[in-house]
Amino acid sequence: MTPTTTSKQGPGEKRPTAPRPTAPRRPANAAPGEAPTTPRPAPAAPTPTTTGAGATDDGSPTTVVPPRVPDDGSPTTVVRPRTPEGGGAPPAARGATAPAPSTAPPALRPGTPTPDGGTTAACTPAPAGTGTAAAGGRRAPWRRPRVLGGAASALVLGLAGALLLGGGGWPAGLTVDLSAPLDDANQWVLDNRDTHPLFLYFLLHLSNTAVDAVNAVYGVLAAMGWPGVLTAGVLLAWRAAGFDRRGARVACVAFGAFALCGLLGMWDATLLTLALMVVAVAVAALLGALIGLAAGLSDRVDRALRPVLDTMQVLPAFAYLLPFVLVFGTGTPAALFCTVIYAAPPMARLTALGLRSADPGVLEAAVSLGANGRQRLWTARLPLARRRMLLGLNQTIMMALSMVVIAALVGAGGLGEEVYSALSTVDVGKALAAGIPIVLIAVWLDRTTAAAGDRLGATAPRRGLLHGRSAWALAAGGTLAATLAGLAFGTTWPRGWTYDISTPVNRAQDWIVDHLSTGVPLVGGTQVWSDAFTVGLLNPLRDGLQWLPWWALLLLVAALARLVGTWLSALTATAALAATGVLGVWTKSLDTLSQVVAALAVTLVVGVLTGVACARLRWVERWLRPVLDTLQTMPQFVYLIPVVALFGVSRAAAITAAVVYALPAVVRITAQGVREVDPAALEAARSMGASTRQQLFQVQLPLARPALKLAVNQGVVLVLAVVVVGGLVGGGALGYDVVKGLSRGEMGTGVTAGLAIVCLGLVLDRITQPTARGPRP
Amino acid sequence: MPTGSPTGNTRPTHGPRPPRGARTARARRAARTATAVAGALAVLALSACGAAETGRSQRAGDTERTVTLTVPSWVGAQANTAVAAYLLENELGYEVRTQQLGEVLAWDALSRSDVDAVLEDWGHPKEEKRYVEERKTVVSGGDLGVTGHIGWYVPKYFADAHPDVTDWRNLDKYAEEFATAESGGKGQILEGSPDYVTHDEAIIRNLGLDLKPVYAGSEAAQITAIRKHVAQKKPFLTYWWTPQWLNAQVDLVEVKLPAYREGCDADPAKVACAYPRTPLRKFLNADFAKDGGKAAAFLKNFTWTTEQQNEVALMIADRKLSPEAAAEEWVKDNEAVWKTWLPK
Repeated sequence: MTPTTTSKQGPGEKRPTAPRPTAPRRPANAAPGEAPTTPRPAPAAPTPTTTGAGATDDGSPTTVVPPRVPDDGSPTTVVRPRTPEGGGAPPAARGATAPAPSTAPPALRPGTPTPDGGTTAACTPAPAGTGTAAAGGRRAPWRRPRVLGGAASALVLGLAGALLLGGGGWPAGLTVDLSAPLDDANQWVLDNRDTHPLFLYFLLHLSNTAVDAVNAVYGVLAAMGWPGVLTAGVLLAWRAAGFDRRGARVACVAFGAFALCGLLGMWDATLLTLALMVVAVAVAALLGALIGLAAGLSDRVDRALRPVLDTMQVLPAFAYLLPFVLVFGTGTPAALFCTVIYAAPPMARLTALGLRSADPGVLEAAVSLGANGRQRLWTARLPLARRRMLLGLNQTIMMALSMVVIAALVGAGGLGEEVYSALSTVDVGKALAAGIPIVLIAVWLDRTTAAAGDRLGATAPRRGLLHGRSAWALAAGGTLAATLAGLAFGTTWPRGWTYDISTPVNRAQDWIVDHLSTGVPLVGGTQVWSDAFTVGLLNPLRDGLQWLPWWALLLLVAALARLVGTWLSALTATAALAATGVLGVWTKSLDTLSQVVAALAVTLVVGVLTGVACARLRWVERWLRPVLDTLQTMPQFVYLIPVVALFGVSRAAAITAAVVYALPAVVRITAQGVREVDPAALEAARSMGASTRQQLFQVQLPLARPALKLAVNQGVVLVLAVVVVGGLVGGGALGYDVVKGLSRGEMGTGVTAGLAIVCLGLVLDRITQPTARGPRP
Repeated sequence: MPTGSPTGNTRPTHGPRPPRGARTARARRAARTATAVAGALAVLALSACGAAETGRSQRAGDTERTVTLTVPSWVGAQANTAVAAYLLENELGYEVRTQQLGEVLAWDALSRSDVDAVLEDWGHPKEEKRYVEERKTVVSGGDLGVTGHIGWYVPKYFADAHPDVTDWRNLDKYAEEFATAESGGKGQILEGSPDYVTHDEAIIRNLGLDLKPVYAGSEAAQITAIRKHVAQKKPFLTYWWTPQWLNAQVDLVEVKLPAYREGCDADPAKVACAYPRTPLRKFLNADFAKDGGKAAAFLKNFTWTTEQQNEVALMIADRKLSPEAAAEEWVKDNEAVWKTWLPK
């Protein structure tokens, strides 16, 4: 996956450093992770300083931009399938034998487009040395025959048992009803929140402060008027990218983003969303950095925090929205705290990772110079972790943005409310008009933080008016001038400068639905496919899972997990599946599981094929990239109606929504993996006369295995993330329960279903992610 | 120099490195200290200033003469809010904030005065008992004037072709026609958002019908599905209600369920009767009702008919006017109606 890095970057060090045969024209772009990014002019490429091909690949915190995240869940448990991160210092750091230049922390491979920073970085080493990694992969199967035999006998046993004892769900006696205690807690909060000291002296302060902070930011933005905000956005982007030609591009993107928000008639909503985002991101970044600091410095804290961070991201936000509303009240506070919970983990993970992966040579040098712990932290470890921290910030921003619509469910207002209210009149065009600014804000912030990241340590700071503090002063001055101009000309976006896209969009949607839904000659149409898919695949899968006796299913999962992993992972998977039974949602969990598995299968088939096409054909990738970016950043609520219109209220619609959401990440990771296969190996194959097909199937795909594994992992995470959205279009089961819990105020229902989703994530993670046995290569 | 772990934070310069264990222990200690200090500071900062103000508005930008109304997710209720907001702003000089909220969340917000009034409530006995009777933080604002009714509906074209479908006893006969891939052999009854009151599973079970509820999960999905069926002139059975703007675009006919009697829906598991006709009601925050002045008086007076509400709802949903524009248009044409709502 990363053959182009030069030896000074940790993970690359074992790889052959031969330059790629093909000119590495745009490696940075190729990164799978760079989600919400439309044509980015390979920003790092032209830097003259670094050597060879490696330079280009490196400049990319950006590239890892998140796949913006799902509304709810995200990665981790899942995402971070035992990656080296676990064992303390990642190999990236450990392996580096030669003291590396301090400014080049191990390059973050764009490996993962996951929101979860940890993964991103952590997964790097695995795919890194292609040769060694592949060897490691090959080493694993030695046990396979035995394990296979065991699994097969377990399967036979299970099936035989099922036939003898008959099918059946989870025994009622083995369930624990969480609803009652949860509802009691709910009641206690309601009864005590105006009187209990915990609320009076602590929680209410939090919520009042949150309101004040958002109020203040909104006040400032509103007072700046549109010229002020527009100028500030542009100058900020420009300054962050350096006041030069390259920075001007970023500035243009910023200008376009803001101008479009205004043109779409969403200026005020954008400002409100921006105010909420500024506060949420600031809090999340601060909190994440603190947690990351603790986890980076202490192994014990790290171990203790990991499951917490995982749960923070995988638990659907819908599930914990309700408790937050009860405690903090509707509107800004609940929305803010939920956003912070969801957005803080990447910052924490990447900060910790940055601290842990600091070059040991530099640290040793610091020690030998007599620096004490604190001095080492401030002068060596933190500066070395800067790049990863910035990447963490980038991902935190993207994740926060993905919560915009969910925040609107509890009354936070802004763009989310526009999307949501468009749904009530079934107005796709209006929803799209509100969704586009969210994409645009994501693009703007992504470019800005990415550009800032590219400049970190790229060159020695230059002097002059356009650099350093004076540049900031210049930017501030420009903003002030624009604000004053705004005061003169009016601070609200001019009414005439808007364009209504809703009518044409709705017309287009109607046309598409009329012509594609049914009666298309030969292929049938979307509704026909949907029915066939449901009857032919989904129903048998669901009924089969529900028909199997519970113990047989547990056995099956244990066998599968053991087959690909260790005893420990088998135990975890089985326990997680059993937990859904204990929670009393066995049948629904299996229903959801069948949908997730089907969605995963579709995503992987389509995603890997598209990814390979992207890797091999430049023009496919060029055309697909903006599409993928949009799919990843657009709130799913926007495409809820078209999906139902095409596929009907059905589980197939829910699966389509999931596939649409998970596909971009899978495509990107696959394309990246295939493209970055060790050029030397490919060259060798070519020189021995391998045909294109042979190159693909015998060299590229096998060598890209780590990337494919990661693609599966991301598929699982992202598909699970939209289970709740699936509940909104007819998916039923757990997703519907989570929504129901929120909208009916039944905490027990929602939280139970949310936890069950987390459990399913664990199960799927353990049975799809091969664990390395023994020491890593 | 001894290599034992130094005790202080300072280490002699150029000394040999302490063993690894000492370094991680030190790091751990530093982390613990940092965390503890940060935590203590945060708690101190937050609680030093005494008890927090309760019942403060949780919404950005509120001022003294601000009234906050909820905007529920369905258009009829948006029409209420739009007209009330327009009149409060233009006739009484208030500033109105609207907040999009689910129904149950709106009740909670109402009780803690994040929201001042809910203008259309379809009946939440549990919340009513908790907030109106026990905690007395919410008071009734009287009837809205609109009567809501939930029921099972089939499209008119299907009812015309098969007139006997409108009796529940004959539904089984058509189950096959209502079946979809989702309902697996049984007839499908399309359900809406989890927000809305439904006893359909109990009704189906207790009447022994060959039907299966399929949950659309959101009103938008349900409407989209209905429109799609109508466009293709397909038979379908759906949980639906009036007043609803879609009823003006799509002709639906209600299926008669066993008549509603007082108390027949008391036990949710044993319901086997139709849904009642519910006079929709308004609820106000108790403090707002007392001190809300003209705004509270106006909102108590606010009543209109189903037709009037539908007129505004259609402008919003059908003509795609913004709620404000729709309200403005309606207010312009119906001065006689709203004049009576203004407090004397």
